[in-house]
Formats: sequence, C-alpha cells, structure tokens
Amino acid sequence: MTKVTMTVNGKTVSGEVKGNTLLTEFLREDLRLTGTHVGCDTSQCGACVVHVNGEAVKSCTMFAAEADGAEVKTIEGMANADGSLSVIQQAFQDYHGLQCGFCTPGMVMSAAALLKDNPKPTEAEVRDYLEGNICRCTGYHNIVRAIMAASGQDVPAVAAE
Amino acid sequence: MYSFDIQRPTSIADAVAALSTDEALPLGGGQTLIPTLKQRLSAPSVLVSLGAIAEIKGVCTGDDGALCIGGGTTHATVAKEAASSYPALAALAGNIGDPAVRNRGTIGGSLANNDPSACYPAAALASGATIVTNTRSIAADDYFQGMFATALNEGEIITEVRFPVPEKAAYMKFEQPASRFALVGVFVAKYADGVRVAVTGASEDGVFRWTEAEAALSSNFSADAVPAAPSGDGMISDLHGSGAYRAHLIAVMTKRAVAAAG
Repeated sequence: MTKVTMTVNGKTVSGEVKGNTLLTEFLREDLRLTGTHVGCDTSQCGACVVHVNGEAVKSCTMFAAEADGAEVKTIEGMANADGSLSVIQQAFQDYHGLQCGFCTPGMVMSAAALLKDNPKPTEAEVRDYLEGNICRCTGYHNIVRAIMAASGQDVPAVAAE
Repeated sequence: MYSFDIQRPTSIADAVAALSTDEALPLGGGQTLIPTLKQRLSAPSVLVSLGAIAEIKGVCTGDDGALCIGGGTTHATVAKEAASSYPALAALAGNIGDPAVRNRGTIGGSLANNDPSACYPAAALASGATIVTNTRSIAADDYFQGMFATALNEGEIITEVRFPVPEKAAYMKFEQPASRFALVGVFVAKYADGVRVAVTGASEDGVFRWTEAEAALSSNFSADAVPAAPSGDGMISDLHGSGAYRAHLIAVMTKRAVAAAG
C-alpha cells in the first residue's frame, strides 16, 4: 500500500492505495465522491473525466498514486460556493443537455476544460473537443447548445445537425 | 488488473534503478498500458511511473536548430509548444486520441510502444529524428524494428526525441473513427537533401519508409509525382480494411500530405 495525499475540490485528503488503484476508484470508493462515473472502464467514454492540475483526464486511466500531490477537481466541486449550479451546469439544464445523465459529469468537466482554454469556441471546436465523451441519449446536439450558451454565445445560430 | 507496486521516481537515475528489478515496467502516460493491464495482458511486479521526472518534460530548440522534446512530454504540450517551430508535428500531436488522452499520453510512451497504427512513429521516421535514451542516441532508421518492437533494451528510458525541422511537412491521417488511431497515416517531410515519407497503420511490420515515393518527390515535390500505390502484400488486413485497401490509401494520403505541405 502507498500513502497518497492530494487536494480534491479544495480539501486536502489522504488515503492508503494499492499500486493498481485507479484514480476513479479512489474518488468513488474511498472518498465516496460518486459523481464521477465509470461508463466503459476502457478509456473510451469520458464519463470519468476529472481535472488533475487543471487538465481534463480520464480518471479510469490514471492511477491514484500518480495523483499524489495533485489538485483534483470533480463534478462535486463544480457548483458555486452558495450551492447554486455553475454557469455550465445551469446551461446543461436550460438547454436539455442531458437525458439519462450518466455521461453528464464527464461532459461538464470536459466543457469546463475547453472553456478555460478557449472561452469562445466555435460549434466545430466544441464538437471536436467532445471527441472523447460519449453520450448515448442526446445525439450531442443539446450538449453543444448548452456549451455554446455557457460561453455566452448565440445558441439559435447552432445548426440543427 | 493483477496486483503490482507502483513507484514514482523524480530523477532518471532513480527510475533506471527502479527498473532494474525483475518484471518492472516503465509507465509513461498510461493511455495504452493501463487498458492493457486491465485486460491482464501484462503482469509487472513493479510499475515505475515516469510522470514525476521533471527533467524529461518540455519542448525546446537545440543548438543545431533541431526541436527537442522530452520523452515525458504530453501530446497536448507538443501540440501547443511545437506549433510555431514544427507545425506539422504539432498538428499530429493535437490530433491523437481525444483531449483527455492528449493530456496524459507522452511521446516517449508512444515511441516505446511502437503501435503499428500510432501517429508519432511516422513523424519520427519521416523526420529522421534521433531517439535519445538514458544510455545512448538511436537514429529513427535503426529504432523501429517491427510491430511493437524497438531497439530499446529492458529498462531503457526515452529521455528526449530530437527532430530536425524540415522546410515543409504535413501528416495526413485516415482515421479509424472509433479508436482515432490511423487506419493509414502518412508523414511527408521535405529537407534540403531530400524528401522522407513514412507510413503508419498499414504494414504488418509497423511504420516504414516508402522509398519509391521519396525518390519521386525528391526530384519533383508535387502530388502528381506520387507513384502508384504499393502492393497490398504484407499490409494489415482486418475488419476495418483489407491490405489492398490500405495500400491504396497510402498513395492517397501521400498525395494529400504533399498537397497540404504546399
């Protein structure tokens, strides 16, 4: 077992992990932060995307030990300090960017990473950035609309295809 | 996954020492190795993460003008930091996998794995890059030795990759849409002393130089000069495409790359 210490959503946390404990297992099973979802466990679907030191990563494809000393942000850390939804989360609700909601934590974390680097993305850039996030319900269209809205851009201009 | 210990050395020397243990494996960004471990296709006793070694991360320009990329540098960093010095290489790095994969996957990991459909081997071979390890420098022409096979010895770590910067270059990838790997990818690089063309995704022997196209393009760098497609013999045949189809794509992607290089 290895001792790891990291900052998760602003709080310092420690735990004992095995060598093969994935970051997603540490978050979900040790910290009980079950908002981070495991859809495929094969690096394809993106439901497990979290931020490590500000960058979007698939937490099912990184070991907890590799996050020792890192700043981790999960979907539980996305709401505003007063508990209200962040701009991106609110936009997902307003624009029906989710149906079953399973992919949503990863979608929101990917969207936040995109908008940090590229505050006014084009529709094509949004779709390209979501390459590694799979949604089986929405057909992506309303997710793209939500992210365009969250970036303060004109949503009706988004083509319906 | 089978159980194993994980170590995170902070220097090359410590990593080399940790890798001297029996059944130890180096871990780059893990974007291939972790899925492999999950499938129990690999059973190391110790995994030596190279992710905490600051001295093998980053992009710079060497005294000879070559672009030097640390072996532990992520695809996302190369996409950003090589954009002005070697745009074709940056574009290749920025189109590997998806954004989250690019934030973890490293150039050293990709070259050490030498997946027959990976993008970086094509860039390294077409650029005549030098793969620098903790013990020696290896020319790309000697480094790639077939599917998943390289000149690396057990426990040898890629510390840096040096790319001579070409006058013109472009990489064209025909994507396998589910995996984002190259069904066929062609990197064309024009240097003062000739053109190099490297093909990934196609051959059962992994990345290779298409010497006929190199000769033709060295005397006339235009898409019209690209020779007819090579034979489909020895090309990968699977559910995504036959060997003949891949061979056809080699010529198509080479033409597109030459056109894109301008």
